[in-house]
Amino acid sequence: MIRVVLPPHLRTLAEVEGEVTVEVEGKPTVCSVLDALEARYPVLRGTIRDHVTKERRAFVRFFACQEDLSHDPPDAPLPDAVAAGTEPFFVIGAMAGG
Amino acid sequence: MSGVRVLVGTRKGAFILTSDGNRKKWEVSGPHFGGWEIYHLKGSPADPNRLYASQTSGWFGQLIQRSNDGGKTWEAVDNKFVYDGVPGTHQWYDGTPHPWEFKRVWHLEPSLADPDTVYAGVEDAALFRTSDGGQTWQELPGLRGHGSGPHWQPGAGGLCLHTIILDPSNADRMFIAISAAGAFRTDDAGKTWQPINRGLRSEGIPNPTAEVGHCVHRITMHRSRPNVLFMQKHWDVMRSDNAGESWEEVSGNLPSDFGFVIDVHTQEPETIYVVPIKSDSEHYPPDGKLRVYRSRTGGREWEALTQGLPQSDCYVNVLRDAMAVDSLDSCGVYFGTTGGQVYGSADAGDTWSPIVRDLPAVLSVEVQTLP
Repeated sequence: MIRVVLPPHLRTLAEVEGEVTVEVEGKPTVCSVLDALEARYPVLRGTIRDHVTKERRAFVRFFACQEDLSHDPPDAPLPDAVAAGTEPFFVIGAMAGG
Repeated sequence: MSGVRVLVGTRKGAFILTSDGNRKKWEVSGPHFGGWEIYHLKGSPADPNRLYASQTSGWFGQLIQRSNDGGKTWEAVDNKFVYDGVPGTHQWYDGTPHPWEFKRVWHLEPSLADPDTVYAGVEDAALFRTSDGGQTWQELPGLRGHGSGPHWQPGAGGLCLHTIILDPSNADRMFIAISAAGAFRTDDAGKTWQPINRGLRSEGIPNPTAEVGHCVHRITMHRSRPNVLFMQKHWDVMRSDNAGESWEEVSGNLPSDFGFVIDVHTQEPETIYVVPIKSDSEHYPPDGKLRVYRSRTGGREWEALTQGLPQSDCYVNVLRDAMAVDSLDSCGVYFGTTGGQVYGSADAGDTWSPIVRDLPAVLSVEVQTLP
């Protein structure tokens, strides 16, 4: 079970409160977590990463275990604590705009 | 009694203003999609309870929302806008090639006959269509594939397709406008397009009378006369009596012929409205006076409409999609400002009053006349 923390606007879109959880086969990666997230909440497709290229949107960042994973390869394994469900994977709207 | 529903898109959400036919007391609903930019929302002429909204964000991209109950509830539909084929390049501000990149939907134009068919004008400029109520979107590539596409340049707001006009007398004819490429017309339901910019003159481009490259801000048409078009260009108010084949300037005695909005009285096809703005670098009304100008002669002769509008210290702008008219017997005219006011007139512009004063900056105003 992977815990995911979404920014407020995406929680509103997905009609959820607090953390959400997704199931991922094997070692979780950014890509597999987002695949599972979008499968469970189709309204999020295109809001975190591009529909076609799967590139992260410029003002979205990924954090976990106090590390910025935004620039890691999308198929890199996430930290063990995320895989174990003891730490969440954060989708963050970048600080911008004052 | 009939009523009106005014659909307002703002920088931080959508608002729906409703009133009966007297248009004196208003109910305000919103914000819908609070915190998101709502570039445009519009109802289907074929089913007034079917609304579409363009919801967008610099962080999270584009969403399209649909309502089947007049805006009480909404559901997100497809937000996948993918250019047909290899997108290629247009020109950047400095004239260098720049890849076509989807940014947002500026304008949604529902079909006159089918609630499930909607056209979407997007940035970077292209025209998309859904025929399944927004479940899927396809580009009409003939427009962007028009031979001039690589020469289109963005206006200050981006390379946006912001105006879509459907000809009520000819289902195959449509007009669109792009900043800063100009106006285009199709006579075969979007398969092929021709630029319709003859008569426009723009000093900001190398050839002021070029076939494309003009910063058209808005075009409007009266549905009883689909060959007569009125245009607010970056500078100049223009008129065409031949479906855009040629244009002539009708700015006349306006205090400034720069502006964004232009609209036509519902019952009087020669009565048109603009809101003059001082200049393209100042973006506020001349002399700090918010004045709508009305021409009852299809242009050239204009009168200032000021009653109820601020006539001192007013420095708001009125953006291109932020004026609309209802179709009640005494034509209602509505516009929204970047200061968050939505003004309405129930007497064709003679007198005005604010419906709301303190919304976020208004991006678009549409109105539905309800039975």
